[in-house]
Amino acid sequence: MGVLPPLFAAVAAAEANLLAARQQMALSLGWHIVLACLGVGFPMLILLAEWRGLRTGDAAATELAYRWTKVFAVLFAVGAVSGTILSFELGILWPGLMGTFGDVWGLPFAIEGVAFFLEAIFLGIYLYGRRRLTPRQHLLVGLPIPVAGIASAWFVVTANAWMNQPAGFDVATYRATGKVVGVDPVAAMLNPATPVQTTHMVLAAVIVAGFVTASVYAWGLLRGRNDRYHRLGFLIPFAVAAAVTPVQIVVGDWAARFLADNQPVKLAALEAVQHTAAGVPLSIGGIVVDGEIRYGIEIPNGLSLLAHGDPDAVVEGLDRVPADERPPVAIVRTAFQLMVAVGFFLLGLAVWLGAAWVRRRDLPRRRLFLWGALAAGPAAVVALEAGWVATEVGRQPWIVYGLMRVDEAVTAAPGIRFGYYGLVVVYTVLTVAVVSVLRRLTRPWPPPTSTEPIATTEAMTQP
Amino acid sequence: MTLAEMVLTVMFLGGTLYALFGGADFGAGVWDLLAGRTRAGAPERALIERAIGPVWEANHVWLIFALVVLWSGFPRAFAAVMATLYLPLTAAAVGIILRGSAFAFRKAVVPVVTKRTFGAAFALSSLLTPFFLGTVVGAVASGRVAADAASPGGSPPDVVGSWWNPTSVLGGTMAVLVCAYLAATYLTADADRQDLAELAERFRRRALGTGVVTGVVALAGIAVLARDAPRLYEGLTGRAAPLLVASAAGALGSFSLLVRRRYRPARYSAAVAVGAVLWGWAVGQYPYLLVDRLTIAQAAGSRATLVAMAVSLGVGAVLFVPALVALLVLAERGELTEAIPPSTTH
Repeated sequence: MGVLPPLFAAVAAAEANLLAARQQMALSLGWHIVLACLGVGFPMLILLAEWRGLRTGDAAATELAYRWTKVFAVLFAVGAVSGTILSFELGILWPGLMGTFGDVWGLPFAIEGVAFFLEAIFLGIYLYGRRRLTPRQHLLVGLPIPVAGIASAWFVVTANAWMNQPAGFDVATYRATGKVVGVDPVAAMLNPATPVQTTHMVLAAVIVAGFVTASVYAWGLLRGRNDRYHRLGFLIPFAVAAAVTPVQIVVGDWAARFLADNQPVKLAALEAVQHTAAGVPLSIGGIVVDGEIRYGIEIPNGLSLLAHGDPDAVVEGLDRVPADERPPVAIVRTAFQLMVAVGFFLLGLAVWLGAAWVRRRDLPRRRLFLWGALAAGPAAVVALEAGWVATEVGRQPWIVYGLMRVDEAVTAAPGIRFGYYGLVVVYTVLTVAVVSVLRRLTRPWPPPTSTEPIATTEAMTQP
Repeated sequence: MTLAEMVLTVMFLGGTLYALFGGADFGAGVWDLLAGRTRAGAPERALIERAIGPVWEANHVWLIFALVVLWSGFPRAFAAVMATLYLPLTAAAVGIILRGSAFAFRKAVVPVVTKRTFGAAFALSSLLTPFFLGTVVGAVASGRVAADAASPGGSPPDVVGSWWNPTSVLGGTMAVLVCAYLAATYLTADADRQDLAELAERFRRRALGTGVVTGVVALAGIAVLARDAPRLYEGLTGRAAPLLVASAAGALGSFSLLVRRRYRPARYSAAVAVGAVLWGWAVGQYPYLLVDRLTIAQAAGSRATLVAMAVSLGVGAVLFVPALVALLVLAERGELTEAIPPSTTH
């Protein structure tokens, strides 16, 4: 280090920081988002089961609600703390973003804090109030949990939408002087990308929670546990997710058309369109080599039709912007194709269940359906991650689209990558722990509570 | 009072509540660490688990509340603090994630070995997190966070010396002691309410012992501040002196109440002692947000955002404060307990 000119050393440190900071953010966000989805979608399933148990006296439904609550208690705790780390990281890793725009896009986070309070409070009462409340009151106390969860998700995603579609301040002045004036935090929150992004994410949360839960019971059904408990445990979450999936496909199309009009460079990267042209074909599958698609299936004029509703419409390509403002196409397109492919796979399963249900009021008879349903949980998580990769990497090199680059936002503090290495270890251990605890909680009922040390020691402490 | 000061006051109120409630949850983890071997420490660990189980997540939200109000209302100060103090803050964040997860895991698992591992992670992170958060307070209070630390072209911050210095170490030590003191006092009352006389006696002794140690460290800390954080020292001994007196009175009050085994009033008195010293810090460094570097007025972000924050937090408070009070009252009365399974016939 000593022999390097100081400026060069500083540049090298900044580049090392940028890569480490982006990896750390991707790891933390990619990890948290799975729990966040379960946090939003799972309470709905619990309350549905509890409501069914209450209304019909169905013991299996009541039992499901009880066991899911135990699982949810763990997931919520881990989700809450893994979300907290993100608000630390926004400042630790991206002080340039926070110092410049903190007051522009901060409002939704503050409101999300209120929603999070409500969620944590009612969850506390819901988890620990069962003895004190009547079953009906217990159900009612649970109702605010999914509502607050959806609200939290909505407000946080408005902030991400703002990064894609900055609004709520004087953009021209910022471009000219780098000063942020004319701040309108409500306009920032309700930026043009908010409606489509928040809808897409909340639906994704329900889909992930539903298919992940259902896949656990699909495994049970495949192993011959064809009792009411397993069938209901499969059907409730699967039916909810299946009902939402077709809506999500429509919303996804809305999102792509929104990009065509508002963030054309991202759409060009999603579809690997190099050159601006009219009547652009839609390519499905294949791989991207040197920015061009090989071995894909081409539907003539397909992209022009999908993006603009006109087979001869002009679709903007990556050549609209200088080379250093283009996102890495291979990653973005692969992630996008993966998400879309999983979306249609899930839609196929949903239709299959729907058809069987209409005909016979029962699950499809073929075991292939259950194998598909088993795969649907992990597949939905893959689609979720792929979707986030597509939208976040597709915005590069910008942290605030068109206004602030990631290298302007990243911290200048030395040694960021060591913090990242530490977090890799923490998240690895945490993943192993979560999986083993969840496996423990999903073992056959009832758990051997009589041998639980806490239970015995509680008895010991009674005078 | 300016609008910025009003929003900052709300943020600091959130921070105080985090210290009084979340801090006690951390302190409970410290006592969990010191409860002894698996069998001998089991009754104490069970009491701690019952005490913090229903409330710790809601208490934790105060931290997020304070963070987001700071970054939205005072973005420059937030960015400078986070960038400069990333080492203790990353450590605290890791502590928070391990503490919360391990606590939830410990409740969920049965085998003694895994329970012990998660318990150790929970307890150790309960000790480290308040320490690192305390060093952050010390860094700000002793003027070691540069206002331009995060701005493009600003000099890279001193990422070690900013939090490894006399005031920060004092801040970290005091944070751990205060958390332990609050927790011991609260747990004494919890044990007493549950008619666990022997446990109440144990935590009473601990509260008294920690109280003495905390008092000694606090007095010695005044000498540290006089040399290492002159601006804060000046404020504390001047404008903020009444708050320090109130804190001392609260501490002595809780001490004598504990001696006389009046546990419930003792916890309120202890809370006054801790709350007053926090506000003493705030008043002591007024009008600075980052001591010697950035005043509240300089740090304040857009007025429109401050107004929007004040309005939305005001409306939000109407929604969540009654619910939060209900949760805390139910927990305090011992009405929130683990559920029994609905059926075991499956």
